[in-house]
Amino acid sequence: MAAHSSVLSVSRIINRLWGRHLGNTVKVFGTTLTSHRNKTLHVPLPAKYGGRHTVTLIPGDGIGPELLTHVREVFRFSCVPVDFEVVHVNSALEAEDDIDNAITAIRRNGVALKGNIETKHTMPPSVKSRNNLLRTSLDLYANVMHCQSLPGVQTRHRNIDIMIIRENTEGEYSNLEHESVSGVVESLKIITRSNSLRIAEYAFQLAREKGRRKVTAVHKANIMKLGDGLFLQCCREVASGYPDITFDSMIVDNTTMQLVSKPQQFDVMVMPNLYGNIVSNVCAGLVGGPGLVPGANYGRDYAVFETATRNTGKSVAGKNVANPTAMLLASCMMLDHLKLYNYANLIRNAVLTTMNETRLHTADLGGQGTTSEVVQSIMRIIQSKGQLTADM
Amino acid sequence: ASRVVAALKNELLQSRSFIRGMKTVTLIPGDGIGPEISAAVMKIFLAAEVPIEWEERNITAIQGPGGKWMIPHDAKESMDKTKLGLKGPLKTPIAAGHPSMNLLLRKTFDLYANVRPCRSIEGYETPYTDVNLVTIRENTEGEYSGIEHVIVDGVVQSIKLITEQASERIAEYAFEYAKNNQRSSVTAVHKANIMRMSDGLFLRKCREAAEKHRDINFTEMYLDTVCLNMVQDPSQFDVLVMPNLYGDILSDLCAGLIGGLGVTPSGNIGAHGVAIFESVHGTAPDIAGKDLANPTALLLSAIMMLRHMGLHSHAQKIETACFNTIQDKRVLTKDLGGNSKCSEFTEAICQRVRDM
Repeated sequence: MAAHSSVLSVSRIINRLWGRHLGNTVKVFGTTLTSHRNKTLHVPLPAKYGGRHTVTLIPGDGIGPELLTHVREVFRFSCVPVDFEVVHVNSALEAEDDIDNAITAIRRNGVALKGNIETKHTMPPSVKSRNNLLRTSLDLYANVMHCQSLPGVQTRHRNIDIMIIRENTEGEYSNLEHESVSGVVESLKIITRSNSLRIAEYAFQLAREKGRRKVTAVHKANIMKLGDGLFLQCCREVASGYPDITFDSMIVDNTTMQLVSKPQQFDVMVMPNLYGNIVSNVCAGLVGGPGLVPGANYGRDYAVFETATRNTGKSVAGKNVANPTAMLLASCMMLDHLKLYNYANLIRNAVLTTMNETRLHTADLGGQGTTSEVVQSIMRIIQSKGQLTADM
Repeated sequence: ASRVVAALKNELLQSRSFIRGMKTVTLIPGDGIGPEISAAVMKIFLAAEVPIEWEERNITAIQGPGGKWMIPHDAKESMDKTKLGLKGPLKTPIAAGHPSMNLLLRKTFDLYANVRPCRSIEGYETPYTDVNLVTIRENTEGEYSGIEHVIVDGVVQSIKLITEQASERIAEYAFEYAKNNQRSSVTAVHKANIMRMSDGLFLRKCREAAEKHRDINFTEMYLDTVCLNMVQDPSQFDVLVMPNLYGDILSDLCAGLIGGLGVTPSGNIGAHGVAIFESVHGTAPDIAGKDLANPTALLLSAIMMLRHMGLHSHAQKIETACFNTIQDKRVLTKDLGGNSKCSEFTEAICQRVRDM
């Protein structure tokens, strides 16, 4: 036991001093050592001061700032006891100070709401995606997305209700690339046993909590026999501990084919990082587009909420046409996380009621409403519920 | 000037092969329902009087000197001579000790581009009615290089390889294809925001090829944006070019949009002018030999081959006959929603072809 804890402290020291340079190797060993201790999904209660919570807000680029302004408007109007600590991240800078500040702020507050930070290709490859840095530094290992058909939105498929749980830190997004010979680039995809077990455990726990019947693992183990083979094996191991939940697996290309023809067959899906990207975007498209679905990134100690498909929306920024639904629903997920359930339900119901009045759809849903009109409608519905509200 | 020479060379090649009147094509019937759907295609081509002679060959894995797995010598010889192949579904044996046959074929003929034109079929309704796109997938490297290691127990590393040469080749091919098939735009699909160096290299090569083909519109789009938009409005896409893994998934996604693998054609272009067209569905052992199979996928691939050979009028005739039969809905195989046998469906198409 003593030896274990001393190795543990050594790895922590290494991580702190050289973690950023040694990168994933250290993190991998770090998590393998710590995984024995923490079996339960324990997230400590977020910071609360004077009855009010403080949440980090990262506006990001594109439509992020305007949508988050609307979120703050709705929160202020509904007298939600949440204060926002705004941290700006400038995507045009090569230095990582901005994102480091944001990460520190999230460590302090425990919870964040963010817009997407743009990744400019014109910068050298050593400048990594800021969003990715945030996820890996805070070890937000589970990305959860709930796609549901909404009655007020016209789509080709009806009755979709899929929860997608995507591994959020490793896989193809490990940022390990090198050009050993000129003209030949190698990109490493890392799959570890501990992370795969962790995400599978998360998926099954969530399925049980929400009363779901089936979990499907999405993979490509017929080609990537060792990598995805390990992922699949871990899922099977975890599945054996949950006999009340059916487990099956499907190859990713067949999955996409099934999703566009019979999406109703899926219940909960768990998968590595890249397939998660593809499947979550396909599902978001099936239920009505990027403007509707909220997403959450959960780690052991932190939670960050954003839109599910993480779009910057540069082409519609500043024109008052973006759909605020996804961001508002994400903020409701955040309120649920902070255990402010009444406020969460109040705002969520207002958003969904507005959605079902077809006249108030934004352009992405084929309507002609502006963002502000939709937000005004939401605030009016909140006011009509009779609870305490600020001035409009 | 080089383009003129290439065009002239093409003309000469075509006229040389048509001097005898007939062009030879290697036919690989395959396993399961393979033989019956190949027979159906041959029958339809006969009815349409297509100037093709079929050379049937079988593909099984044999072990050559040094223990290296390869395809039978007569099959390779035939393909090298004809440069054109039509292939039915091949069985992938589990634990047979040798790699899959498709992989062997790919390596033998350096089939670097997988092309799948996806077009909505009138008469076979899916929720998506306006699909008309082509996916061009790099088929030799990328995530499927098969290089994997266990670093320490519990940590596995898979290597995705992107080379300048392969990216350049596929990008060139994509623009050539767009030009030869009257397509107006090419979209490169990538994830260069995350995989900065590898997809960055792929993207650079696509941009360079775009510079050389100014008459074709070039755009680049993130993989997730493509997926998102594809299921909402597939009509906005034209030709898509991408590395191996994205191509695998996206081409199957597009096949799903038009109705599945039973109605999707596919072609593989290799180095030295070799082209193998195939049906991408499975061998369906449960219905093999029962005259229940649907030959549409293999037929559409054969039509793709005709266009590749320049036999456009024959291609048009057979394609129209096929689509009209499906639209008519009177004689359809079970998977298309009907009750007829494969032979009846084939006969219906033959009848239409003869009547034209």
